[in-house]
Amino acid sequence: MKIDRRAFMKMSGLGALGIAAKPVMDVVTKADLAEASGRKASSGKRLAMVVNLNKCKEGCTDCIDACHTIHNVPDFKNPKDEIKWIWTEPYERVFPNQEHGYIGKGMMGSPVLVLCNHCDNPPCVRVCPTKATFKRKDGIVLMDYHRCIGCRFCMAACPYGSRSFNWRNPRGRDSSGRPFIKKINLSFPTRTTGVVEKCNFCTERIAKNLEPKCVEVCKEDALVFGDLEDAHSEVREVLRSNYSIRRKPGLGTRPQIYYIV
Amino acid sequence: MYNGGKVIIGLVIFAILITFPIWYNVVSGKAAYTPELKIVTDEKQCVEPSKYMRESHMQLLDQWRNSVVRDAERTFMNHDGKKFDMSLTNTCLGCHSNKADFCDKCHNYVEVTPTCWNCHIVPEESKL
Repeated sequence: MKIDRRAFMKMSGLGALGIAAKPVMDVVTKADLAEASGRKASSGKRLAMVVNLNKCKEGCTDCIDACHTIHNVPDFKNPKDEIKWIWTEPYERVFPNQEHGYIGKGMMGSPVLVLCNHCDNPPCVRVCPTKATFKRKDGIVLMDYHRCIGCRFCMAACPYGSRSFNWRNPRGRDSSGRPFIKKINLSFPTRTTGVVEKCNFCTERIAKNLEPKCVEVCKEDALVFGDLEDAHSEVREVLRSNYSIRRKPGLGTRPQIYYIV
Repeated sequence: MYNGGKVIIGLVIFAILITFPIWYNVVSGKAAYTPELKIVTDEKQCVEPSKYMRESHMQLLDQWRNSVVRDAERTFMNHDGKKFDMSLTNTCLGCHSNKADFCDKCHNYVEVTPTCWNCHIVPEESKL
């Protein structure tokens, strides 16, 4: 077979195009598959929590107190400086666009327990310039306080307000000499001025095969914690047998705190 | 040179004064001073040999930190195959419970200020 110069140029051009297109096609097809299945290929573990608002007792702050005590969360008595790991917000602020004028009295304005959603697609991780916030293999979105430079990009990125900045030294004292951390838990570090902090899903307890403290102390069994990748886990069972919603699902962050309302 | 003698004497005095920090240490014998660390433990051996610990404990602590925080791997195996919990406050300060006489003495001498204790709690600091 004889090829002239023109034909050779055409064929080599087509060949180069094919080689260049391959990596692009790989990315596109993989991304499509992941999106279509709704979650990533199984990594073995995906920790999540279910909050059953039907069981959660109004006025009870057991989980909040327990969490903030063991994690040395300071109380600055000032909403501007407030540090929150787990707290409550009124229903309509937790689930905006899901409220309407005729909603039952038990819902509108009533407190809903909120914490870091440990998103599957966490915006805070994407914006962090130092990779201080990262997602663990088991799905926990964790902070490495050693790396945090306090730029607060993550606070701007988090659509749930789950992050707090240490404007003041948490080990300090207020003007009347009371320490901001009432009783320090010696087995857990504090934070320092100038870092952002948030719920860590009790990684220090999970390392010892314990449930998060909030789940452990809840007397109403309103909180269920477990592995979503395990089809027989309690969370999967609860999610199978109840209708559940998540916070602001339209943002695509795929939050992993599920609410039974 | 006008007033040559006075100028030279002035220069000599100036030179003596400006080098004060250098010769003072030599004269007073403080140049040879090295901090003496108190070891208050019955254990014969740290997690790694003393020489390595003296020279590279900061790198080891960095490895521990990254391993625990980022990889959730909390057990350290040393060269002899002995296992330790990677914990500054429990493992390190468990033996070296005298931070002021152990950590601080040397750190002050070489003038380094590690920020460990801004967050991590020294066990005896419980009263805060």
